[in-house]
Amino acid sequence: MFSFCSDPSVLDGLAWLSCYLTTGTHMLFYASFGVVLLLLAITAPIALLFGYGGAMASRSRIAPVRWFGKIYTSMVRGVPDIVFFLFVPIALDQGLEWLRHQALCDSDAPVRQGNDFVVCASAKLPLSTSPEWVHDIYAMTLAVIAFSVVFGAFAANVLYGAMQAVPRAQLETAEAYGMTPRQVTRRILVPQMWTYALPGLSNLWMILIKATPLLFLLGIEDIVYWARELGGAKTSSFAYPHPDWRLYYFLAVLVFYLLMTWVSERVLDRVIHRLSAGQATMAGEAQRKAGVV
Amino acid sequence: MDYGLRSLGFGERLLPRSDFTLCQQFTLIGSGLIWNLYFAFFALLFGFFLATGLALAKTSTNSWLRKPAEGFIFLFRGSPLFIQFFLAYEALVMLPRAGVEIFGFTVATSWLTKAWAGALIVLTLNTAAYSAQIFHGALMSVPKGDIEAAEAYGMTGWTKFRRVLWPTMLRLAWPSYTNEAIFLFHATTLVFFSGFPAFQQRGDSLYYASYFAGQTFNPFIAYPIVALYFIVSTLALIGLSGIVNRRLNRHLPGAAGRIRYRPQIIR
Repeated sequence: MFSFCSDPSVLDGLAWLSCYLTTGTHMLFYASFGVVLLLLAITAPIALLFGYGGAMASRSRIAPVRWFGKIYTSMVRGVPDIVFFLFVPIALDQGLEWLRHQALCDSDAPVRQGNDFVVCASAKLPLSTSPEWVHDIYAMTLAVIAFSVVFGAFAANVLYGAMQAVPRAQLETAEAYGMTPRQVTRRILVPQMWTYALPGLSNLWMILIKATPLLFLLGIEDIVYWARELGGAKTSSFAYPHPDWRLYYFLAVLVFYLLMTWVSERVLDRVIHRLSAGQATMAGEAQRKAGVV
Repeated sequence: MDYGLRSLGFGERLLPRSDFTLCQQFTLIGSGLIWNLYFAFFALLFGFFLATGLALAKTSTNSWLRKPAEGFIFLFRGSPLFIQFFLAYEALVMLPRAGVEIFGFTVATSWLTKAWAGALIVLTLNTAAYSAQIFHGALMSVPKGDIEAAEAYGMTGWTKFRRVLWPTMLRLAWPSYTNEAIFLFHATTLVFFSGFPAFQQRGDSLYYASYFAGQTFNPFIAYPIVALYFIVSTLALIGLSGIVNRRLNRHLPGAAGRIRYRPQIIR
């Protein structure tokens, strides 16, 4: 990156380090922190949406919809989330390819032949002719969907609990005013549930942050991948030979996560404080007595 | 079937390569479950005592005790378990192969890099941090009257802790602690996906499941089997914890019966 970096073998000390830390692969390493933040930014809203859908479904009056909602919300209770992270992307990929196989391929050959999953070339997802970035985006999309499904189920649990926690009298009053069920939901239930949901949701956000290294298992080139790649021992055939430095790379990643959770905790505490102002809850009451509001 | 104890290194050595039967998958994945149960049991056992100590240290007025406890809890609760595994493995590998000399004795260190010890240490420390936070919260909400009553009886120090503080703390913390235990049990699936290698293909249930899914390109059989095993084990864990909960609440007439078990899913 710097002009004096042209011949790494003559450098030493700080100059060597400054050149080493600005190589192309290190730039990819730094960019992968952005990938993590991007994943968080995309997944959180989608998961919240899934969670809202799941919570509403499990309150539904139509029995099949309610069953679906109940199953969805309880699926993460007994099964480790990592099983879903491994299962959902493959299942989704094969499902999509199977659908395309039915539509695009001429042959009626079965998709499963022995231990192989075979679809014709035009049904492959993404097409083997498509450029590298399409493959990357496709893998990332599958990862986002897997995360959203799992964390949507977590969020559905939280939101369902929050909806149940809204005082029944509030909803009955709204009904007495002649509001339709939709109006009750929109005007009374949803605005009031947030204060009950927020502690759970903030907890969920923390778990989501701490689940992002699992991207590595899905084959995404994330920070864990680069920490392992860059940290591994480099012989003199590399421009910047060094011994096994994976420990230091992982320490850097650890510090990144500690910072993320620390900052999130500070911010979420403030939001919770704000939202509980004036609420008929213990926190709101404590604030009223202390004369903060 | 010769795969019943495959995860421990007994029985048939070669994993099946073709013609996978349902029976093979059930047996191998079930044999891997032994590791999950082993990690969960010992991590919870050791972690429980460590957590009690940490929670007490966190309530201490002595900042030499309190600050380290707070730092420990922040470190392990604030970072992903996955990274902790990697970091621990890299750190343990760096120990000298031949062992460390302490007072003339050579202490072997190579066993620490094996999953059974290294991963167990990480899991223990991790659950200790989470449980310590739960126990600390429970200690803070022990009713003042209980403590005053204990002091009025002339109890101090250890006796007061053993007979009043600790049972009440456990009683209050138990529902959340159960939740933590479930989370830890589920986290044991991470062991063989993190830095710790599966020696001679002796892995946990998810290790074998992903082996089968990788060999057959069919995720719809192996992963549901793992899910089934975990659902059954989790239900057993909840049942077990319900028994403990009844015992902890036995002096409160009606309380144990009334507590409806509704495990939270948030750690």
